[in-house]
Amino acid sequence: MSLFLLVALPFFGALLPGIMNSAGRSACAGVTFTVSLAAFVGLLTNLPAILAGQTVMARIDWMPELGLNFTLMLDGLGFFFALLILGIGMLIIVYGRNYLSREDNMGEFFTYLLLFQGAMVGIVMSDNILLLLVFWELTSLASFLLIGYWKHLAEGRQGARMALTVTGMGGLSMIGGMLILGQIVGSYDLSVILQNREAIQADPMFLPALILILLGCFTKSAQFPFHFWLPHAMAAPTPVSAYLHSATMVKAGIFLMARMWPVFSGTPEWFYLVTSAGLITMVLGAVIALFKHDLKSLLAFSTVSHLGLITMLLGTGTAFGALAAVFHILNHATFKAALFMSAGIVDHEAHTRDIRRLGGLRHLMPVTFTIATVAALSMAGIPLLNGFLSKEMMLEEAHHTVLFGSHWLVPVMATVGSLFSAAYCFRFIGHTFLGPVRDDYPHKPHDPNAGMWLPPALLAVLVVVIGVAPFLVQDFVFLVAKAVMGDAAVLKTKYIKIWHGLTPALYMSLIAVFGGLAVLMLFKPLSKIWETTPRPEAKVIFEAMIAAFVRLSQVLTHPLHNGSFTRYAMIGVIAMIAAGYHAYATGTVAAPVRAIQSAGPVPIAGWAMLVAATCGLVIMHRQRLLALILIGIVGLMVSVGFVYLSAPDLAMTQFTVEVVTIILLLLALNFLPNQTPVESTTLRRTRDAVVSVAAGLATFGLAYHYLLRDFIDPSISEFHLANSYKGGGGTNVVNVILVDFRGFDTFGEIIVLGIAALLIYALTEALLNGPVRRRLLNRVPDQPRSGDMHPMMMVVVTRVIMPVVLLVGFYIFLRGHNEPGGGFIAGLIVSIAVVMQYMASGFSWASARLKYPYHGVIGAGVLVAGLTGIGSWFVGKPFLTSDFTYVRIPPFYKFELATAALFDLGVFLAVVGAVMLSLESFSRLARRADSAENEHPMDIDPSRAVSAEGSTDMKEGN
Amino acid sequence: MTHWIILPIVLPAFLAPFIVLAARYHIGIQRVFSVAGVLALIGLAASLVWQVSDGSVIYYRLSNWAAPFGIVLVGDRLSTLMVLLTAVLALFVLLYAIGSDWDKRGRNFHALFQFQLMGILGAFLTGDIFNLFVFFEILLIASYGLMIHAGGNERLRAGVQYVLFNLIGSTLFLFALGALYAETGTLNMADLAVRVQGVGPEETAGIRIAAVLLLLVFAIKAAVVPLHFWLPSSYAEAPAPVAALFAIMTKVGAYAIIRVYTMIFPPELEATAGLFGVWLLPAALVSLAIGMIGVLAARKLDRLIAFSIIGSMGMVMIAISLFTPEGIAAALYYIVHSTLAGAALFLIADLVRTGRGNLDLTAQPPMAGTYMTAGLFFVGAIAMAGLPPLSGFLGKLLVLDASYDSALMVWVWAIVLGASLISVVGFARAGSVVFWKALGTPETAPVEGTQRPSTLSYAAVGGLFALLIAHTVFAGKVHGYTTEIAAELFAHDTYLSTVLDTPGKLSDAKEGDH
Repeated sequence: MSLFLLVALPFFGALLPGIMNSAGRSACAGVTFTVSLAAFVGLLTNLPAILAGQTVMARIDWMPELGLNFTLMLDGLGFFFALLILGIGMLIIVYGRNYLSREDNMGEFFTYLLLFQGAMVGIVMSDNILLLLVFWELTSLASFLLIGYWKHLAEGRQGARMALTVTGMGGLSMIGGMLILGQIVGSYDLSVILQNREAIQADPMFLPALILILLGCFTKSAQFPFHFWLPHAMAAPTPVSAYLHSATMVKAGIFLMARMWPVFSGTPEWFYLVTSAGLITMVLGAVIALFKHDLKSLLAFSTVSHLGLITMLLGTGTAFGALAAVFHILNHATFKAALFMSAGIVDHEAHTRDIRRLGGLRHLMPVTFTIATVAALSMAGIPLLNGFLSKEMMLEEAHHTVLFGSHWLVPVMATVGSLFSAAYCFRFIGHTFLGPVRDDYPHKPHDPNAGMWLPPALLAVLVVVIGVAPFLVQDFVFLVAKAVMGDAAVLKTKYIKIWHGLTPALYMSLIAVFGGLAVLMLFKPLSKIWETTPRPEAKVIFEAMIAAFVRLSQVLTHPLHNGSFTRYAMIGVIAMIAAGYHAYATGTVAAPVRAIQSAGPVPIAGWAMLVAATCGLVIMHRQRLLALILIGIVGLMVSVGFVYLSAPDLAMTQFTVEVVTIILLLLALNFLPNQTPVESTTLRRTRDAVVSVAAGLATFGLAYHYLLRDFIDPSISEFHLANSYKGGGGTNVVNVILVDFRGFDTFGEIIVLGIAALLIYALTEALLNGPVRRRLLNRVPDQPRSGDMHPMMMVVVTRVIMPVVLLVGFYIFLRGHNEPGGGFIAGLIVSIAVVMQYMASGFSWASARLKYPYHGVIGAGVLVAGLTGIGSWFVGKPFLTSDFTYVRIPPFYKFELATAALFDLGVFLAVVGAVMLSLESFSRLARRADSAENEHPMDIDPSRAVSAEGSTDMKEGN
Repeated sequence: MTHWIILPIVLPAFLAPFIVLAARYHIGIQRVFSVAGVLALIGLAASLVWQVSDGSVIYYRLSNWAAPFGIVLVGDRLSTLMVLLTAVLALFVLLYAIGSDWDKRGRNFHALFQFQLMGILGAFLTGDIFNLFVFFEILLIASYGLMIHAGGNERLRAGVQYVLFNLIGSTLFLFALGALYAETGTLNMADLAVRVQGVGPEETAGIRIAAVLLLLVFAIKAAVVPLHFWLPSSYAEAPAPVAALFAIMTKVGAYAIIRVYTMIFPPELEATAGLFGVWLLPAALVSLAIGMIGVLAARKLDRLIAFSIIGSMGMVMIAISLFTPEGIAAALYYIVHSTLAGAALFLIADLVRTGRGNLDLTAQPPMAGTYMTAGLFFVGAIAMAGLPPLSGFLGKLLVLDASYDSALMVWVWAIVLGASLISVVGFARAGSVVFWKALGTPETAPVEGTQRPSTLSYAAVGGLFALLIAHTVFAGKVHGYTTEIAAELFAHDTYLSTVLDTPGKLSDAKEGDH
């Protein structure tokens, strides 16, 4: 079967259990099993090629520029692991079907399981190390889901997070290591990397790469000091533990070390790091395992210990070590999966896994007892079982290993590890199955149905078969070992057999087994000592560390992002000043080329007023009305400045904008207290003042610098000056720029204006629909209101001047193209005319006489401007291209017709609509419960009194 | 001259006022026009991408004035890619807004949405730096309107901070433009690129200040620390579909930086040498760190996601601030990824809110639609944390690979990988509390107002994930394309010659008149 299909099968198959979920639990398990079986058979179709010593390759380009490609490779090592993953996977599926209860969502379970299976198969078949990383992290994610499968259990959630954090960390550091490795070699393909042993080991980046990759391996394979996550992953359902911790996830790290063995092994760095980590893990795991009362915890630590054993073997860097490692991987997978499943059966039947509450199960569950005993004895290293064979090889290798100059260190440690290993195996058997039958089990146990005991039984048979007839697997193990070593080492012919004669390894083995028995005899006192010795509790430390990190991150984040805008702005402004100053200080400054112009007394007086008004504003800004007046002065002085600097258009715009803004702000002031409260301390205000002054000085410096210097090339405005009449048809360059040269900017700006008005409307609407509504309606004005809110004088004056103002607006609009003026200013002027009516006669009176909703006016304005732009498409010109012509309709003089005027009309409408909509929005807020809506233009109206009298008279007359 | 390139701007610019004018009170009509408009935008964007895919540059003279005297729109591979990304994102966001009825909860949602699109698309397409300012204004004011859509005290408060901080940014933009104009006398980007070359070594301070102020403006938009403060609460408080659309807004800043600092102020330009190298990369690294630390620190799901956006922008900025073709190519790949992933996450947060009424990271009884939402969150978290198999992981590899030769390589790698770990822990904690712990909490009567999210809402999120998966599967093609873009950016002769050598109205007068 194609390698792609092989890897893809479990992933696509993962969809099936979810779909089949409602078809029943057996259907669900059935499809899952079929998927695994198909992949398994597919794998076997590659067996002939593997046995012939070939490597099967397949390749699809994914990200060739990066070097990440979908390159798969199947050699002896990959085949061996895939066989374990898929083979044991099928057993787990059968077992899991019978293990899970009705409450458990089986579709979900098998989906995760298949995802995990696919990721594992991907790891062992990747040729590209970046692709391997992808699958590597996928196993972390899938195992996170599997370990946390029982989401309602706190242990499950914590265990899942711990596993994800630790293995995720390893995975991330491995990313670094793999990338460095790829950079050294120039390729991310294993087939290339494995050929470059010398180049890699000679590179200065070798050590970082090695450490980073080993971090990944050690975390995944639970090597000291990262071993602590594995026991906590036992909160998962037992099928998960049996799968993850016998044949798959934890073996991924081992696999990678084996895969990288040809390039890394043989260096002192590798030897010291890997061997010592393995050795410590082996002994530590074995000792802790002995004292665990939970069956699964015991097995978990035994797994840690055995992983250490394999790691140590890989670390020695000899061919024999590699061979032993491969053989032990196989053996460990068989007996450990069987043991986990047996423990699961006990838990499932007796409803407890606590060894102290068990014992005597031999009589109640004979089948389970047999399976568990065979597997446990194999783990203890008893002859005629497969564990014995590989343990002998391990001891033999340990015997030859010199660590830190000591001939004794490794053999002694290995023996101690084996001794405790034997002890906990004996305890597993003795304390669970042997002894008298008890009558206080939480649930009366008996052997489960065949679906649960057959999978471990099959493995137990394998344990015995390999143990008795090792020659059956010998060739295969050699093949795999060769695949591990590549060209880096050569295996001397040394057969796997049961009897090697009276070797040191045999003596060590004997010490281990009998020592183990002795330790078990002394278990009670030893256990007492163990319980009373203080030990670091990994979970507590880990949780405390995470909690500390979370607190630290909160300390770092929350005070900084506390919602204080002043602080945000201060930091921002300081950053701007600093970056700007840095740019200035590192640049070169030449002498100014323009002279400073002299200013007469009048401009200086104006400037002084401007400064005084601004300073006054800063000092007195808490008096809101006063502040508004001062703002008005500042605005007016700026307008005057524009006049002085010969910018009449700007001056007119500024002036009208000022008027409209002040009116709108006055309306807004209506809803605000008269004074702004003091909210920050003096110190803080001083700080803000310093920053503001610095920003002001920086702005001054900026202006000063640029005003005294010329453009590096003539500016584009010269073109505008020269062509405004010729190409734009107007002599007022400012207006031609606005509606023609840069008409598109204006188009954008009227949209901004329109949106702003829509926003003000939406905001007030939101207020009026919210809780503020009641407050607004019932608010009592802080000052007594005049009885004559709509005085006659004002009404009359505004009515009289309204046509005049409108005419002025019209005039300003028309002249705009050639003289100061234009749609924008005209819009503001017309708005003022209408605003005056509102002021004089009140909101409801005026709006009752309104024909066009202002929303529509804004929309129409934007549309008119836009349509003017589109109009030029019909003559084959780009958007907004202007045209103009001169016509003469008698009796008038010749006058100009320009498309720009249409565009300006759009601007005009948008401005009027926007200003009026804002005003309307404020006015809506102003309505109060106690103020009657006026139906008349003025409050005191002599004519009304007369006509009222008149009508009374008429009534009387009738 | 064809008008293709202006259509993505004109279309929403017409739709929005039309909706305001004619369909103000009819949500059904608004929805039809809005969706039709966005679909048309996707078509337009795709055709633009296709037109420039051979490396040509499309160019449009507004008002028929030739550059640099008038405003021009320019479409090259970079800008059209961003346009397409925006249009596609907008479709799913809009579908979500309709499916979840968010658009009904206030006034003028669809009009503002279209205006917002106009602003974003205009910013990508314009070739004039002042016009860029105008589009920044449009997108700012429209985004403010969308942000406070549906009201509420917290939202209004956050909105005020958002708009104020960005107005500081706008002011700075004006200062920068003034400085730039005072120095060079032009506003057209291509012309600027040519003129800046003429700055002599004896007088560099002016152009340096202009360059750095402009960078800060874009950095505010891109939420680079310490100019990111406006982002967390405004994104967290914004209505979910709006926050999702905002995922592209930070990218506008990133786009502008890429455009301006490869074309106008390229890294090899002597006048501005040594200006950003000192602090931009470190600032980006701090952004990534602060963002992911914020993920771990968050007490609410929406803030968590907002901080992850800061983090992902940090990642983008790291890649950009290398200012190498590899870095830009990686950044562009990551930009597409982080836009889609960030948007999806905000929508997922809203699914949670719909299901259980709040976003606190505390154990509460299972919500309506918990399995579906949990599954989507898992995928979204994987994407944002940059774990395989999604494009975040590939993007991360690209950034790490691109920074291998950087002087700060060790820092970049350590922070990128460390931040990934922190975000993994943060997302795992959040997801396990919200989705898993809920199953261990006793069931109570459902909170009032909660309901199962609508199918259309789920479909919108699913659509974003489908894009994300396509971005992963076709990573090689996409990255190949971004590599070509990056190469084009560093060799921008076609861009300059297309813009500056095409005549317009009265172009013959160009020589004679000065």
